[in-house]
Amino acid sequence: MNLYGVRAIYKFEMARMRRTLMQSVASPVISTSLYFVVFGSAIGSRMGDINNISYGAFIIPGLVMLSLLMQSISNASFGIYMPKFSGTIYELLSAPVSYLEVVLGYVGAAATKSVILGVIILITARLFVDYDVLHPFWMFAFLVLTAITFSLFGFIIGIWADGFEKLQIVPLMIVTPLVFLGGTFYSIDMLPEVWQTISLFNPVVYLISGFRWAFYGVSDVHVGISVGMTLLFLTGCMVAVWWIFKTGYRLRS
Amino acid sequence: MGIIAAKAKLSISVPVMRKYRALIHHQQDKPVQPDISVKHLNKVYADGFTALKDINLDIEPGEIFALLGPNGAGKTTLISIICGIVNLSDGEVKAAGYDIVKDYRKARESIGLVPQELNTDSFETVWDAVSFSRGLFGKAPAPAHIEKVLKDLSLWDKRNNRIMSLSGGMKRRVMIAKALSHEPRILFLDEPTAGVDVELRRDMWEMVRKLREDGVTIILTTHYIEEAEEMADRIGVIRHGEIILVEDKTQLMTKLGKKELRLHLQNPLAEMPGELILEPVELSEDGYELIYTFDSQQEQAGVAKLLRTLGELGIEFRDIQTRESSLEEIFVGLVNK
Repeated sequence: MNLYGVRAIYKFEMARMRRTLMQSVASPVISTSLYFVVFGSAIGSRMGDINNISYGAFIIPGLVMLSLLMQSISNASFGIYMPKFSGTIYELLSAPVSYLEVVLGYVGAAATKSVILGVIILITARLFVDYDVLHPFWMFAFLVLTAITFSLFGFIIGIWADGFEKLQIVPLMIVTPLVFLGGTFYSIDMLPEVWQTISLFNPVVYLISGFRWAFYGVSDVHVGISVGMTLLFLTGCMVAVWWIFKTGYRLRS
Repeated sequence: MGIIAAKAKLSISVPVMRKYRALIHHQQDKPVQPDISVKHLNKVYADGFTALKDINLDIEPGEIFALLGPNGAGKTTLISIICGIVNLSDGEVKAAGYDIVKDYRKARESIGLVPQELNTDSFETVWDAVSFSRGLFGKAPAPAHIEKVLKDLSLWDKRNNRIMSLSGGMKRRVMIAKALSHEPRILFLDEPTAGVDVELRRDMWEMVRKLREDGVTIILTTHYIEEAEEMADRIGVIRHGEIILVEDKTQLMTKLGKKELRLHLQNPLAEMPGELILEPVELSEDGYELIYTFDSQQEQAGVAKLLRTLGELGIEFRDIQTRESSLEEIFVGLVNK
């Protein structure tokens, strides 16, 4: 295994994060903090508890998940798209690195950045809202698993995209609505039965539900199903990446 | 004796060892394995365009091979396939003895590539970008080697500069430094001096010669035929995806080259004298020059005969010039056939 190659890609990507601290870290932390201020402290104080959890605390897992998904996709897609855009992809394609090593480097770095960001947001949230973490291990496990899964998804988007617009379409037009409709601000139980059923087709419901369970021990769906759905999506992404490298889709002609 | 030999072996550099290895092979009359071996290579793109047709080519260790051809002939496609950037459709390619598909790691480890386009990172420093390339090719960090490469390419002073702040020529040097960062034994230079100034071009030629002295095999494509003429040991000409000629440069110029003898006459001639009409002699428009063209390989008896005839006719000349056709003229003749 070309561990030096993996390390080189990983270091290169992490260096990009350090160069763009404002964009990579400060910006998502500030925007998520605004949610905590508005929905948690200001409006949340006037709203009733959900499942015996204060509204401000209830929305924390969903908002952390929103940042995690967006940043995982953005980091990984940008990481692999930029070499394609600038033409430096030639070096990656001509290097003695396997697809597994390429993925480890790019997705590993993107997931690391997202997890760091998720932890910073959780710490920041504490400044505005009181919350508990009932199952810290599972909370961190969900954080890491989601970061890896959506970094892989972002990697696929980065390879698929042939312009900056396409890089933004999926996070903004698909992921954001799914997160908002996936129980970030409410429990699925609060919806009419038809919408509850429709919501179950939203994969983000399972992520937020499982993550919230790790915090407060309550969830919309069983935590096992949440883990299973996340692993299923992870497997789907891995298969897609395997296919991309096998066929050279949008990489090798 | 064995211990002394072992110590000696340990103390010499890898390139020098390569040269010794080649020398030993040569002395034992064993065939030296080509550094690049291409057999029956074909490339057909998804849209049906055939870029390469049944390419067969061997490039020997330590040689400088120039691949010439007009735009769209298939030079870059061939290089891209050998380097792993483009998939081959059919055939077999080996680099340093390793199949580029089955043993892609070993094959690619031995190759360095400087592509035609100035594709560089913008925000990285020179040092980081070159170090990144070394790591990517599976080599442990070696600051001393990176320092040497940067110094050799006059980039040492710029090591902490972001690449975006460098001039085009400096960026080209960075790309070469990246390609050399992992100490490849085969170096591909795809149009290395396109758009660079004369000074940098001379520097690059010098660098290529030094690399060859270190045992690196160099394959270059170029539009500047002068460059191939100056540096290459062998020339390959590709046209419409087919290799139409591979020849030792000197032999090529001898075989296909023409010589020209120009006689500047004392007094102009109104027309070609009848005695010279059957000879390959032309009269210039102003009548002041007789131009005699002959093959480089041909016996030069024709020159003596021409001079004798002129003497008999009383035609006096005040100057005489000879010149050989350049590689460019040979190349143009080949690709226009």
